[in-house]
Amino acid sequence: MSKAVSVLNGARYSGLATVEDAGLQGMITLRGDLGSKALKAAVKAATGAEVPAQGSISVAENGAAAWMSPDELLLLVPYEDAVAKTAEVAEALKGEHALAVNVSDARAFFRLSGEGAREVLGKVSPVDFDAAAFKAGQFRRSRLAQVAGAFWLNGDGSFYIICFRSVGEYVFKLLSAAAHPQSKVGVY
Amino acid sequence: MSTRLAKHGRLIDRSKQIAFTFNGKSMKGFAGDTLASALLANGQVMMGRSFKYHRPRGVVASGSEEPNALMQLGVGDRYEPNQRATTTELFSGLTAQSQNHWPSLEFDVLAVNNKLSRFLTAGFYYKMFIHPRPLWKHVYEPIIRKSAGLGAAPDKELKDADTYEHFYFFADVLVIGGGVAGLQAAKAAAASGAKVLVLEQNSHWGGRAPVDGGTIDGEAPEVWIEKTLAELKAMDNVTLRDRCMGSGVYDHGYALGYERLTDHAPGQGGPRHRLWRIRASQIVTATGAIERPLSFAGNDVPGVMLAASMRDYVVNWGINPGQKVVVATNNDDAYRTALVLHDAGVEVVRVVDTRETGGGALMEAVREKGIRVELGRAIAKVKDGKCVTEVAICAQNGEGGARETVQADAVAMSGGWSPVVHLWSHCGGKLIWDEVNANFRPDASRPPLGHDGNGFVVPAGAANGEFGLGALLEDAAAAGAKAAEAAGFPAKSVAAAKGESEEEARMEAVWLMPAKADIKLRMKSWLDYQNDVKVSDVQLAAREGYESVEHTKRYTTLGMATDQGKLSNINGLAILADSLNSEIPQVGTTTFRPPYHPISLGAIAGEARAEIFQPVRKTPIYDWFDKNGADWEPVGQWRRPFSINKPGEDRHAAVNREVKNTRENLGLLDASTLGKLVVKGPDAGKFLDMLYTNMMSTLKPGKCRYGLMCTENGFLMDDGVVARIDEDTFLCHTTTGGAERIHGWMEEWLQTEWWDMKVYVANVTEQYAQIAVVGPNARKVLEKLNAAAGGGMDVSKEALPFMEWRDGKIGEFDARAYRISFSGELSYEIAVAASEGQAFWDALMEAGKEFGVMPYGTETLHILRAEKGFIMIGDETDGTVIPQDLGLHWALSKKKEDYLGKRAQQRSHMVDPERWQLVGLETVDGSVLPDGAYAVGEGVNANGQRNMIGRVTSTYHSATLGRGIAMGLVKHGPKRMGEVIEFPGTDGKTYKAKIVDPVFYDKDGEKQNV
Amino acid sequence: MLILECPYCGVKAEETELAAGGEAHLKRYGPGSSDDEFHDYLFMRENPKGVHFERWRHANGCGKWFHAARCTMTLEVFGTYTAQTSVPTQEIMDKIAAKRPGWTWREFADGKK
Repeated sequence: MSKAVSVLNGARYSGLATVEDAGLQGMITLRGDLGSKALKAAVKAATGAEVPAQGSISVAENGAAAWMSPDELLLLVPYEDAVAKTAEVAEALKGEHALAVNVSDARAFFRLSGEGAREVLGKVSPVDFDAAAFKAGQFRRSRLAQVAGAFWLNGDGSFYIICFRSVGEYVFKLLSAAAHPQSKVGVY
Repeated sequence: MSTRLAKHGRLIDRSKQIAFTFNGKSMKGFAGDTLASALLANGQVMMGRSFKYHRPRGVVASGSEEPNALMQLGVGDRYEPNQRATTTELFSGLTAQSQNHWPSLEFDVLAVNNKLSRFLTAGFYYKMFIHPRPLWKHVYEPIIRKSAGLGAAPDKELKDADTYEHFYFFADVLVIGGGVAGLQAAKAAAASGAKVLVLEQNSHWGGRAPVDGGTIDGEAPEVWIEKTLAELKAMDNVTLRDRCMGSGVYDHGYALGYERLTDHAPGQGGPRHRLWRIRASQIVTATGAIERPLSFAGNDVPGVMLAASMRDYVVNWGINPGQKVVVATNNDDAYRTALVLHDAGVEVVRVVDTRETGGGALMEAVREKGIRVELGRAIAKVKDGKCVTEVAICAQNGEGGARETVQADAVAMSGGWSPVVHLWSHCGGKLIWDEVNANFRPDASRPPLGHDGNGFVVPAGAANGEFGLGALLEDAAAAGAKAAEAAGFPAKSVAAAKGESEEEARMEAVWLMPAKADIKLRMKSWLDYQNDVKVSDVQLAAREGYESVEHTKRYTTLGMATDQGKLSNINGLAILADSLNSEIPQVGTTTFRPPYHPISLGAIAGEARAEIFQPVRKTPIYDWFDKNGADWEPVGQWRRPFSINKPGEDRHAAVNREVKNTRENLGLLDASTLGKLVVKGPDAGKFLDMLYTNMMSTLKPGKCRYGLMCTENGFLMDDGVVARIDEDTFLCHTTTGGAERIHGWMEEWLQTEWWDMKVYVANVTEQYAQIAVVGPNARKVLEKLNAAAGGGMDVSKEALPFMEWRDGKIGEFDARAYRISFSGELSYEIAVAASEGQAFWDALMEAGKEFGVMPYGTETLHILRAEKGFIMIGDETDGTVIPQDLGLHWALSKKKEDYLGKRAQQRSHMVDPERWQLVGLETVDGSVLPDGAYAVGEGVNANGQRNMIGRVTSTYHSATLGRGIAMGLVKHGPKRMGEVIEFPGTDGKTYKAKIVDPVFYDKDGEKQNV
Repeated sequence: MLILECPYCGVKAEETELAAGGEAHLKRYGPGSSDDEFHDYLFMRENPKGVHFERWRHANGCGKWFHAARCTMTLEVFGTYTAQTSVPTQEIMDKIAAKRPGWTWREFADGKK
């Protein structure tokens, strides 16, 4: 798949925190009854992860499942497997009302790491990033300044951030500006 | 003249000298100075000219309430007008200029206005310049604009050199104000475990207490402040921010903090201002109080200051405000200034106290120093000039006949104190009148209400009308505990610090000095310094019938300047109440609105400037276009190439070339911006039948159908091609920029009206790069790619007919090809994964070389569709056009009982045969009709204007036909084929156009169906 | 700036994460309805000083529509609830009654239903 290029093509900025293109990531939008056995099994088969609780992400070794809404998950799988796994999930859910669609190429995907990560996100998103309020495994859809975005906090203290592909450059520049080395707020 | 004292100055560091310039003159101050204190240290008492009369003005206050000392700061791309000298911290290299004078501060031509002041009363402009009408715009307004006003606007060619940012923060308790009350409240709240944020507008904590004296827990206030700050800093649940002003309180506990990061250290790097967007469960307003001026004649002469501010200058910055000072007061607090001045070696010529009975212990202390105290006296007048020279003293209860005249070069005045209730009131907190202190204070029983219906603001200390140090600290501790409890943190009992200050005798409300001042004096007694409003102006307004305080404010401009009447409001409405023979509480206050103090526009905009001013949406092929001559145009938030210009080619030439090449050879269009929505479920067909005007449920898998969407009003809102993927699944194309809106529209109906329908929708717009391969050679280039890859999708007419789609390989790419055409040519729209979009584009460009491939932009797209008479949402539609207007009856299902918009299209106005309808328009001389031009008919309407019979909706030069073509909506249009109608242009010419069929090219559709 | 709790994802969303969707519990009139019915459905809206029912969408969030009941005068929020109902739920009506005894809104009122 050498023809495929991620939006920011490996871009990186280091300041208060490090903002980097997290590369091509397989993503599947799955809509259906999150309580159904077949769906749970399909999610497990595709990602290795359980269906997550409201507002969280469940992470397995080779994939993850994030809670998008009461009837929607975002499945994370290796980029090169996304097409096949989308078909597998669709096949597994054939008997029920569900929708699985590959959105891997519709997104830009970032990692935000370092001591200042909470503060940097706190400049662009109206969310409480206090350590007591936003914990590892939490997954939140909100806005990143003027565009919609989603993010979760990894166990290692870094955030993963997802937005639409067309605004990937905007979000990269936005996060880089927020990570200006002389803009430390100093509250987290 | 003011000078620097050898002692005092707790905020300055005399070991660090700082050079700056004022009006080009080099001056020196110390670290810790404000610009105002540094100017006073340099003997610069006069700091500006007034707004209307150009009177000499000096600094009156020491904080953000300052009305006079406004400066133009900085140069070039860091220039900013109207900055207060009192809130500007001195830094090395600061350049300041006074404003509102010409040619210089010392000599100002327009000071003649001062002589004319008896004509320039309230409402003067309204009365004088109304007639004759045309003179306003060309004569009066330019002159008035030149003479009145504040600092000069920045050069419009320059961009602010600084950056700004926002920061979202959440707290259980927000304490606004870092004086002793704020610190005490924070301490009480934090003890409960609540998360507390404390904001202080200055760079130093503790507010007035270190200047005003007294003791806290038996020690000087500074000691307690330091200790408490250290305690708070050590707590994990407390955040302290200085140089951060609480600027506004809004609904549901939202508050703004304005943090000035580099104003005192420009060039330090990083953002200049940070706007804190705070959400707090509870807010404590510990915002202190502001001293009121006294209204006597000449109370605006440079050298006249608020008494407590003069004390600040002595104690905080070691300033000697003058050699001989007169203190005028109606309360005890001003005696503290007399004591401080005396201690600093300044001669206090007189203390003029309006009270016949005088004050308490503080007055006795002053008398003990040998200072003359005059009771029942007032200032009759301070002599006009660039500095105080002479003060006439009279009886307070008289008309101003002078008893004596004394020489002095400064006056300290105190008319009592008003709690800063602004932040309490921003979101609806109510006030009560305090008779004892003659001020408005918060009414604790009527606080601003939060989302749960309970109060969410608690006032504390002086901001709550508590002035003695003991009462103030107790009130603040209680406020902090109350706020924490209301935020869900039951308070641990924290004893208030024990404050002690001198007992004070009751003040006397004095609104005019002397009480029966004659008109000459009242015309020199200023209420609002910045807007030049005097006692006589408010009295005139009352006489002319302006009884409401809000009307008086607007008529006189009282309180409408950049200080929003911090000094003038209470004095002004007291004068109004008196003029109306009413009581002050009955007259009431004007509305307090945020921000408390002006904040920079940069802080409001935050990071949104330059490259990230707004999101620019880019397709996967954006960079290629950018390198290859794209002439960009915004389409919603997307950037699309209008045309792709060759070196030396203008956009019109490029468009003509692109049109001809696409019709004759091969054109490529980046159509990735078109919305793509997957609609899936057993009820998907039924659902789409409701959304589209035509029937979608009968579409066969593998096929495509063009559809229209209308609002419930019946008006067209979107169009696009729907492809049926399988029995349960459809893919709906929307217009560029329509994807999110239509996705939202579908979800709205599914979630809020037809929630029993089993349908899921997903927006896959950006999953694909979609490229339109258009022109007679379109099939050839695809076949060549497939041949090179050794196979692939059969794109022949038979295997992939018009209005069908297939999945498969095109060359080496997994693709979905739609045989649809928006150009009238043989056309394939091919979708590949967005990440492979650039590679696919490169492959098409390379393979297409031998077929004459050229990319084309949106203008060519428009011309090609207009030549075919295809409508465009946003051109032929404007939110008032129904499909029937556009001759799209064929797309309106008659079989369906219902679809969104159907009922509306049966309303009487919608079926009116007089509605304008779509036709083609051909200019008689081949020129291009002006876009949006209206056609005129016979007769005139009720307003005497010519009747309109139609308008142009799309108009282009057609390179294919070598002439102008247009579409338009015309009354009875389809019945008037061949008729010539007239379109007057805004250029004065009249354009004649013939009504024709809107399909200009290949009427039978032979070219697209090959 | 309001905060409303999205009943679908539990997020206490601020107004910038939400999109207002106008009056709640409208009854749709389609083909076959009278001109007056259709006119009212399209254009006639409540503008109360006090209790009001509205539709909101958690647009910068889970994307779900929901209903909110609030006081237009004090901005007190009585609660948010499912979008999949054509009338206010009993639970929300009880909550309002506790705070605003005797409330009325369109055909709904304290104690009715």
